Amino acid sequence: MRVWDPRIEEMPPGDLKRLQYRLLKMLVYRLYSFSAFYHERMRAAGVHPDDIRTLDDIATLPFMYKSDLRDNYPDRIFTASQDELVRYHVSSGTTGKPTVVGYTANDLEAWTTSVARSLTACGLGEGDVMQVSYGYGLFTGGLGLHYGAERIGATVLPIGTGNTERQIELMQDLHVTSIACTPSYLVHLGETAGKMGVSIKNDTNLRVGVLGAEPWSERMRTKLQDSLGIRVFDIYGTSEMSGPMFTECAEQHGIHIWGDIAYPEIIDPETGEQLPAGEKGELVMTVLKKEALPMIRYRVGDVTMLDDAVCPCGRTSPRIMRIQGRVDDMLIVRGINVFPSQVEHTLMGIPEVLGSAFQIEVDRKGALDSMLVRVEMSPDAFSDKITDLMKMKAKVGHELRNSLNVAADVELVAPGSLPRFEGKAKRVIDRRVY
Amino acid sequence: MTEKYIIKQISIFSENKPGRLAAIAHALEEAGINILAFSIAEANGFGVVRALVNKPDAAYETLTKLGFMVSFTDVIAVAMRDEPGGLFDIASILGDAGINIEYSYAYSGKEGAVLILRVDRVEEGITKVLDAGGKLLGAEQFR
Repeated sequence: MRVWDPRIEEMPPGDLKRLQYRLLKMLVYRLYSFSAFYHERMRAAGVHPDDIRTLDDIATLPFMYKSDLRDNYPDRIFTASQDELVRYHVSSGTTGKPTVVGYTANDLEAWTTSVARSLTACGLGEGDVMQVSYGYGLFTGGLGLHYGAERIGATVLPIGTGNTERQIELMQDLHVTSIACTPSYLVHLGETAGKMGVSIKNDTNLRVGVLGAEPWSERMRTKLQDSLGIRVFDIYGTSEMSGPMFTECAEQHGIHIWGDIAYPEIIDPETGEQLPAGEKGELVMTVLKKEALPMIRYRVGDVTMLDDAVCPCGRTSPRIMRIQGRVDDMLIVRGINVFPSQVEHTLMGIPEVLGSAFQIEVDRKGALDSMLVRVEMSPDAFSDKITDLMKMKAKVGHELRNSLNVAADVELVAPGSLPRFEGKAKRVIDRRVY
Repeated sequence: MTEKYIIKQISIFSENKPGRLAAIAHALEEAGINILAFSIAEANGFGVVRALVNKPDAAYETLTKLGFMVSFTDVIAVAMRDEPGGLFDIASILGDAGINIEYSYAYSGKEGAVLILRVDRVEEGITKVLDAGGKLLGAEQFR
């Protein structure tokens, strides 16, 4: 098995810790000096960069939240000026404004390096053809995998999402050996191939799948590997970290978080206390090398656990286990993050409906996610003309599509017919099985 | 004097689920309200029940209390010749006058066929029908 960057990836654990300490120390000094946001946060928490004397002292630093990004929309938290930025990506926010991530050339380089190491760990390299079936554009999936795959010398087929029959044709014609997509899309692709009379196992050169952007399970891994005759690997990363960055290695047991790029911690989401390796909790990420949008102790919200033992593959970077859920109510629909609070915010802006009462039902039709939003009509907006009601329904669907970046079916219901909650509202019905 | 020909129809929003119409009908029965004419318009996932009842205000109150979304709509009722060409007579009067029919439904009244119409300009519709010699049913005939 090849290793892209053995010096870092196989660095003795003690050396790696020293490197991480050095990077953290530099980061903290830089942000304390140059970022008003971090300066204020650290002062409020009563921490000075001088207080960071060991890597473990990271636990004294204040957290950063997704709401911090929203409150500083679009770029007030950036520590690079616009002329230093070479790209933006945009993902959905919790309410109203989306989250904007800016990248300097060095940020893109670190991201690409990270993906290059990861894809190498999945057994890919020169001679491989990678079909990138993640969305290109504001979503980080497409471009992230694209540049990483180019870096390792693979040939990229930047096909993006949709048009599955064409995807299967090109997969055959161009001898594609690997695909990067969501696990549910790979299921769908396999089923579609079957209907076309194409066996992925026998009629294509596909051997590796790099799957992410939504939760999945070992059960699904077994099913995909057996039915398609390939090996599939979990890839992880959020737009705040840069995008998809980290994958499993050939061991398929945990996702390596490259030590020179990021420092993961697991905390108790209630108390904020750090938890030891092997205990399940909320993932908190510090991105050690990031110029435009630095992240110190960012509360990612994903639930997982840490394994800091040296991996049998020889890599020393710690691993996080498969993501087991969320600490908040964020949903992932067709690879896109959806916050119920964002749905509420959007509905509140439509006078024809009562945004205060709604219900989200997520299901899997075939292999792909579907989302239905039930919303109560305002009595003032009720017309007995079907065309008026259809127009209203289309308008709600359009507004949701615009703010969530993912299509939703809409069902109009009578006012007062959806459940009311006295405590925490349970607005989401998720029928999907992973 | 078009007012007496304006009929108050109740329109009820209903989710497209089994038992919804039965619930509406049962509520009206309990309140002693008679349904004289009605239709259901359905779309994907929901429908609108439109009805002429003998006590529209009582029906509104009863159904609203049960959580139904109800509204009043002004419609007109035109007596129709119950033979070939009957519908054409009425449709052409309105069509020639440039009045648009939003929707309509028919029922067989006590004294012959009746066409219930929602038109975009109610008063003008009434005048045109009367001017052309058509016969309209008054609101009092639905009590």
